[in-house]
Amino acid sequence: MSLEGKRIVVPGERLPEGVIVKDPSYVYEYDGKVVAAVVGILEEKEKPVFVPLQTIYVPKPGDIVIGLVSSVAIMNWYVDINSPYVAVLNAQDFLGRPFNPQQDELVKYLQVGDYVKAKVVSFDRARNPLLTVREEGLGKITEGKILEIQPAKVARVIGRKGSMLDMLKTETGCDIFVAVNGRIHVKCANKDMEPIVAAAVKMIEEKAHTSGLTEKVRKYINELKLVRGVK
Amino acid sequence: MGGKKGIKLIDENGLRHDGRKPDELRPIEMKVGVLANSDGSALVKFGRTHVLAAVYGPKEPIQKFVLLPDRAVLRVRYHMAPFSTSERKSPAPSRREIELSKVIREALEDIVLTNLFPRTSIDIFLEVLQADGGTRTTAITAASLALADAGIPMKALVGGVAVGKVDGVLVLDIDELEDGNGEADMPVAAAPDIGRITLFQLNGVLTREEIEKATTMAYNAIQKIVEMEKEVLRRKYLAEKEGDEK
Repeated sequence: MSLEGKRIVVPGERLPEGVIVKDPSYVYEYDGKVVAAVVGILEEKEKPVFVPLQTIYVPKPGDIVIGLVSSVAIMNWYVDINSPYVAVLNAQDFLGRPFNPQQDELVKYLQVGDYVKAKVVSFDRARNPLLTVREEGLGKITEGKILEIQPAKVARVIGRKGSMLDMLKTETGCDIFVAVNGRIHVKCANKDMEPIVAAAVKMIEEKAHTSGLTEKVRKYINELKLVRGVK
Repeated sequence: MGGKKGIKLIDENGLRHDGRKPDELRPIEMKVGVLANSDGSALVKFGRTHVLAAVYGPKEPIQKFVLLPDRAVLRVRYHMAPFSTSERKSPAPSRREIELSKVIREALEDIVLTNLFPRTSIDIFLEVLQADGGTRTTAITAASLALADAGIPMKALVGGVAVGKVDGVLVLDIDELEDGNGEADMPVAAAPDIGRITLFQLNGVLTREEIEKATTMAYNAIQKIVEMEKEVLRRKYLAEKEGDEK
């Protein structure tokens, strides 16, 4: 097993001094020591790194997320952004013009089950996160496939300096967007390529902590392309 | 309380009715991730006491009025299955179950980092599948594992065990028979990693010295239980990783 130099840490376990933690929510300080608050992996390098196995997405202003419309209200939509907090998308913002519910209906534009790519405008934990689509590249997702992964694995799918994502794009020729909330939008010219991307992403999620993963995934994609006869 | 005549709970060798020594735990079995639909789950067995725990959340609460502006709400439902006892138990929540739900919630509230997810709720369902004494402490142990499995940040893992007094002897991890015929029952839950006792109850009469001794007994046993919890969690994720390698 390639867990060399890595070990599994459980809640309550003390982490070595000087440990690097990307998100302080998943550790806790006790008795002057940093203690893990969730199950995670400790990479015992020169500078130890603690990586949680699972994270819970908490929206931040500026995040680009992929949301799933979960209900339609009179003046706005409620959007599931794979977080404990349900986001709000206002009709006026989505349409870019004033909206009159007496003359118009929201279901004409977005229905329950539709995906939208949107930006978080504000979220202060006193109110639900507010989304906007008033920017280039945002709005309803009309084609392609949406994949869902654990938000903790988003960084792995992108890779160091985007290496994994670049590899995925060049090997498959697809347009891939990874949102911070753990949803991935895949758009391929060749529709048969989409399941291959899905399989590759699944492999990355499951083997996130193995080394040399980019090459393994590249090999896997090429095998799949050969077996399925997709070019 | 008060012992029934004719039942011998401690024999001449100082062993209990099931052959255990006074400071011996029942055989413990733990499993995590046993349910597919919940965010986290665990099945914990202390001898013949079996408790299934399922955790959902943090999520937007269905009843909005329960939410708190500064932290997540823990909602705990302790419930005994109708088939968990020797005589059918009515499935409706009894007074005892409502109280135990509250007590268990308070034992966990101290441990879960609820301040990270304000205005959300974390739901914990504890189903006693088989009851043979010590259901609340087994339930707390199961809940702690299920929370860790769900990836909910917590200060430390919690474990629970009850100490009782039968025939004048302090005994660890009492079962139904000892509870019903003994002189005292003292359930304790603690998080040894951060040195906190999160549940402490006493039913019956103990002297000051006995309470001290019983607390030490329970605390030492909880340390062992929490070690087991850690081992189970580690093994689960290690097994997942090893499975991928093939």
